[in-house]
Amino acid sequence: MKAAIRKITVIVEETHLEAGIAIKPTTRKAVAAAVLNNPYAGQFAEDLTELIDIGAELGGLLGEKCIQALGILPKDAESYGKAAMVGENGELEHAAALLHPKLGAPLRKAVEKGAALVPSSKKMGSCGQPLDVPLGHKDAAFVRSHFDGIEVRINDAPRANEILVAVAVTDSGRPLPRVGGLTADAAKGLDGLR
Amino acid sequence: MPEVEIRKFVGFREEVHHEGGPRADIPLVRAAVMAVVSNPFAGRYVQDIAHWMSALEPLSLEMSNRLIKVLGGDSSIVESYGKGSIIGTAGEIEHGALWHAPGGYGMRQALGGTKAIVPSAKKVGPPGTRLDLPLAHINAAYVRSHFDTMEIGLTDAPKSDEICYILGMGTGSRIHNRAKGLAVTDIIGEDGLR
Repeated sequence: MKAAIRKITVIVEETHLEAGIAIKPTTRKAVAAAVLNNPYAGQFAEDLTELIDIGAELGGLLGEKCIQALGILPKDAESYGKAAMVGENGELEHAAALLHPKLGAPLRKAVEKGAALVPSSKKMGSCGQPLDVPLGHKDAAFVRSHFDGIEVRINDAPRANEILVAVAVTDSGRPLPRVGGLTADAAKGLDGLR
Repeated sequence: MPEVEIRKFVGFREEVHHEGGPRADIPLVRAAVMAVVSNPFAGRYVQDIAHWMSALEPLSLEMSNRLIKVLGGDSSIVESYGKGSIIGTAGEIEHGALWHAPGGYGMRQALGGTKAIVPSAKKVGPPGTRLDLPLAHINAAYVRSHFDTMEIGLTDAPKSDEICYILGMGTGSRIHNRAKGLAVTDIIGEDGLR
């Protein structure tokens, strides 16, 4: 593995009650985050290939960690998202290199299918800062019930020369969706949009 | 006796491979489970609260079993533990103290009996409050290598009339432990201290 991983954090959130109403079955979302050394910290590099390749490794690794933490089959994943926070000696473009060119394909393999764009966010940050990972339906981006997010923060990461990379996967939408729009049942999931 | 009304369960899993020193062959795993429950005593002073401790025992057992599952299902790998609570702002610190007895009970049951006191922390705070959950060796409180801490929190809890009860377990010492003191190999294991 190219990625020099220092630690991995996994969080699973299971909602039983929302606004006093019992949620059955419970809604569940997972986020898996890796803290790794930034090979380009402290320098300007034109070619970011190393981070692009690390992104490919992390898409599979973190996607599988989420599936495992949820205890579901890959086909039962419903939404996903990705995000990265770069420590102070790095550059925003390092997050882009990790997230965009190659992370998606292995993540899609981990959750089966995944016709939709993987929603993403990125920022520069420091130890303990919150990173909000956006969530959207994995096969039809317009499914309104599945627009959501999950926060991850790690008190000792990212240090200045590190990057925090997170992938989130759920087996459900929001607990009480009622703002209309395309529903998961009605989505065709062919073009990634509807 | 008021029932325990659960809004959320959240599982946290952290896998530490190194912290700037040599990479560990087997990473340290630290895990915590948080239950977000309604506080039956919120908003007023209730003198007689101790009876609620027995209602919390099944919750503690459930959380302990979830914790062991998060760690991979084998309780024999657990070497440290800790507990804590975050009380919403319409409650009082004493409501968090109700977790001392049942919190320890559940973990001792799930781990097949342990000797050392379970270290703890508690505080009152708004949603998003982070708690530094202390961890220490399960059979000998003075084992210095196993004094550790895990930061836990959730953006939407505790609401003012809720309490977050937390249990934590770890599989070993701090990753680059070298501050000496009583070592695991020197545990006598009779009084829970050494």
